[in-house]
Amino acid sequence: MTTTTGSHPTRRLILQGAASVALLGLGNLPFGASFALAAANDKYPEEAFKLKNEADAIEALYGRTAEPSDKVKLDAPEIAENGGVVPISVTTTLDKVTSISFFVAENPNALAASYKIPDGTIPGIANRLKMAKTSNVTAIVEADGKLYSATKEVKVTVGGCGG
Amino acid sequence: MASSIRVRATSNGDITEVQTLIQHPMDTGLVKDAKGEPIPAHYIQELKFECNGKDVFVANWGTAVSKDPYVKFSFKGGKKGDDLKISWTDNKGGSDTITAKIA
Repeated sequence: MTTTTGSHPTRRLILQGAASVALLGLGNLPFGASFALAAANDKYPEEAFKLKNEADAIEALYGRTAEPSDKVKLDAPEIAENGGVVPISVTTTLDKVTSISFFVAENPNALAASYKIPDGTIPGIANRLKMAKTSNVTAIVEADGKLYSATKEVKVTVGGCGG
Repeated sequence: MASSIRVRATSNGDITEVQTLIQHPMDTGLVKDAKGEPIPAHYIQELKFECNGKDVFVANWGTAVSKDPYVKFSFKGGKKGDDLKISWTDNKGGSDTITAKIA
């Protein structure tokens, strides 16, 4: 017991070191891409829209992961009768918001919409999305360089993709 | 020709609320027509709002945005009578632009 706890710090250090190196290595490309995006500002994030997996799409769009926050309020119906038109809105009390994105995890492509919020624009959006089937909907708010998210499950009775 | 963009921008003192409805099929490319042929993807990729020469809102859309998309947002810095320019471009190179007055 004592030997295991004793060996823990070093092992954790090594793991941490390895993890951060791995992150750096992995992060290089997406980071470069997202910085280029931020700089160009008008560029359409083609790649992120093509990815199927929600986590991959978030990574491609922002190069980071989001943490859940109760300062992000996601408003979506419990049950959507028509998956073709699901009203979804988000508001946040966070400061310095630069972008807001919507992801539907179970859609063929997870990223649904991404909005840039310039200085002076209120960080609140209402829009209507298509949902293929019952799924978690995630809103990600980028504020002061960090990502915050809110997730809600929406039950879909009729899918929005030709079902 | 009627514009594909319908917009209502109302000033409420400091804040201008913008509601927009655009007529667009927003085809995903996954749906098949009556003959079983896939309908090619056709969707708006970028929608931009400019007020007084400054971008106030930029939307990047994928195929998961509903047909005839609707979006609502608010911004500061607009006054009654100011021009609000709205433009979109889709994946087939189509586009439309309209300039509305803030009411």
